[in-house]
Amino acid sequence: MNVGLFIPCYIDQFYPRVGLATVDLLERFGATVDYPEQQTCCGQPMANTGCQDDARVVAEHFLQTFKDYEYVVAPSGSCVAMVRHHYAGLFGTDARVEAMAKKTFELCEFLTDVVGVEQVEGEFPFRVGLHNACHGLRELRLGNPSEHMAQPFNKVASLLAGLRGLELVELSRSDDCCGFGGTFAVSEEAVSCQMGNDRLADHESAGTQVLASADMSCLMHLGGLARRQNKPLAVMHVAEILAGYEVPQPSPARS
Amino acid sequence: MSHATAAREFIADSQRTKWHDETIWFVRHKRDLAAASVPEWELLRSTASAIKRHTLSRLDEYLEQFEQNAIRHGIKVHWARDAAEHNEIVLKLLKEKGVTNIVKSKSMLTEECGLNPYLEAAGIEVVDTDLGERIVQMRKEHPSHIVLPAIHIKKEEVGELFHEQLGTEAGAADPNYLTEAARNHLRDKLLNAGAGLTGVNFAIAETGGIVVCTNEGNADLGTALPPIHIASMGIEKLIPRLEHLGVFLRLLARSATGQPITAYSSHFHRPREGQEMHIILVDNGRSGILADEDFNRSLNCIRCGACLNTCPVYRRSGGHSYHATVPGPIGSVINPVRDPAKFESLPFACSLCGSCSEVCPVKIPLHHQLYALRGVIAERGLLPLSKRAPLWFATAVFRRPWLYRAGGRMARMVLRCLPRALVYNRLNPWGRQRELPVVPEQSFRRAYADRQAKRSK
Repeated sequence: MNVGLFIPCYIDQFYPRVGLATVDLLERFGATVDYPEQQTCCGQPMANTGCQDDARVVAEHFLQTFKDYEYVVAPSGSCVAMVRHHYAGLFGTDARVEAMAKKTFELCEFLTDVVGVEQVEGEFPFRVGLHNACHGLRELRLGNPSEHMAQPFNKVASLLAGLRGLELVELSRSDDCCGFGGTFAVSEEAVSCQMGNDRLADHESAGTQVLASADMSCLMHLGGLARRQNKPLAVMHVAEILAGYEVPQPSPARS
Repeated sequence: MSHATAAREFIADSQRTKWHDETIWFVRHKRDLAAASVPEWELLRSTASAIKRHTLSRLDEYLEQFEQNAIRHGIKVHWARDAAEHNEIVLKLLKEKGVTNIVKSKSMLTEECGLNPYLEAAGIEVVDTDLGERIVQMRKEHPSHIVLPAIHIKKEEVGELFHEQLGTEAGAADPNYLTEAARNHLRDKLLNAGAGLTGVNFAIAETGGIVVCTNEGNADLGTALPPIHIASMGIEKLIPRLEHLGVFLRLLARSATGQPITAYSSHFHRPREGQEMHIILVDNGRSGILADEDFNRSLNCIRCGACLNTCPVYRRSGGHSYHATVPGPIGSVINPVRDPAKFESLPFACSLCGSCSEVCPVKIPLHHQLYALRGVIAERGLLPLSKRAPLWFATAVFRRPWLYRAGGRMARMVLRCLPRALVYNRLNPWGRQRELPVVPEQSFRRAYADRQAKRSK
């Protein structure tokens, strides 16, 4: 399996560990990983704000960068949803876009659906609160959202379930949005932070020790709120947990 | 006022925000339980969506069929192009009968048309008979929710209002006591009304009749005595055949409040003996939406309010923050489609979580429509510079990998070195309540390149 690794811009800049964990996991399960240096962003921030022409420019760059890979994998549901569902709206009928949509995967779904991983060996003796990021959940169907009446499943949770000692906590709202929402986090700051604080409260009362998600952007928001309030909550991308990385010590807000 | 500003004001009262969110989440939870109790729930949704799509594709034919059948049964049918025509028709009918006081059961359409103030200006007393609607009417407010119009008001506040206006005991907050007082007050209005107005939940082309759903029976009471019944309906309320009604009735109440069915589903198929019955078919921008291929699925809406209840933004910002008759996800679609300049902020009052689309009983892809509407807003030059400028800058960076690398390095260095006060300033809305990520020394690409270099040694 020849995988072109897509590391979203903010993960590249702020969360290198998540990228490295992604590489570790992909290699552990037999993929040949290549990281094309020319990559920047998928265009989601522009597209989500309605700036379709700008989004097209950035998306064109993405298409060029990843055109020759068998698979494209990213540790981010929302970027994958952008490529899979929204590129078509930018380019219309375009064979390049169709091909890219078919071969681009979120990390957890790549592991379960393409590689066929059922269990990940390892140990993680912590109470983990899984934040079901909306784009992964509802756009990519990494799990069955609570509104939808069907057999429950959750690809992210089932990967985590293989780790010894890991206990998934039960939340009162399993998949309410955390309020990140890209530029929403800034343009609707008050609502965004209220939503985030409500999610944190749910995790606190459920006894979460490690707040995990397959989408780092939600964790950037939730972790940012937690750190400002000096909450003793560790925040980890699912890739870091699956790859066996250590729990980071929560660092208090800088003074 | 933009949604963000109004929402900030709402959230400033954190106790109320928490209570509002929890109260409405409780309704969403009831909906989940009710939906889960129907094994064929998802099939019902698909069926309802298909029926609506079909009806809208031949709306002209079905409207004509409806009109013919209604007339055949002695109902008088009127057509209104817009809100003004609708209001004029109502007033004309009332004047012809010399009616000076009317009772009205819940209708978001008359709210949309501004009927109450119009009639009141013409000297007619209008009394809303839905309890929630009556409460907001007494407070001189608009409904904050399309199904639960007074959901933003606490029972203590209702007690205070009733004490002032209905003479109930001061400090009373017992729902039974207050409801009883409202009932006595409304009974008098219902018994003496000169006309009864209702909305329409479903109009059936095949039979020429209408169905009105209420939980309080106030549509029945309001139309049982007066000599004239006027029903106002948006032209999208049509369904083709009686056999389709069950699909929608099963979905409506479960989606709205988690009830198996509304307490009263009242069928009106001909005037009562000695009564006149009028139906006003209102367009008011709907045919424009129908012609818009990108957004016409919003006309599927049966106004159950489920998208409001599930919306994490609505729950934390209250209905009034949308400044529109219909708030929430569906309101954030239909209002800007009609008037993008006036409602430019609504498509952005959304984190694109997609819960609304999943919950919608008629499968309107609400969050995808909101996403598309943002494009419309931007294309028309209605995007504020504060939203536009940062993305213009980002695009310039993202299309040039060298600039992105250099910019990233620089930004990380600046964030690490700048004094806190300069990073967390008034121009940084991220930092008002949140920390920025702890900035690493190396980007992923550097860390990865280093690792690869070590490996190849």
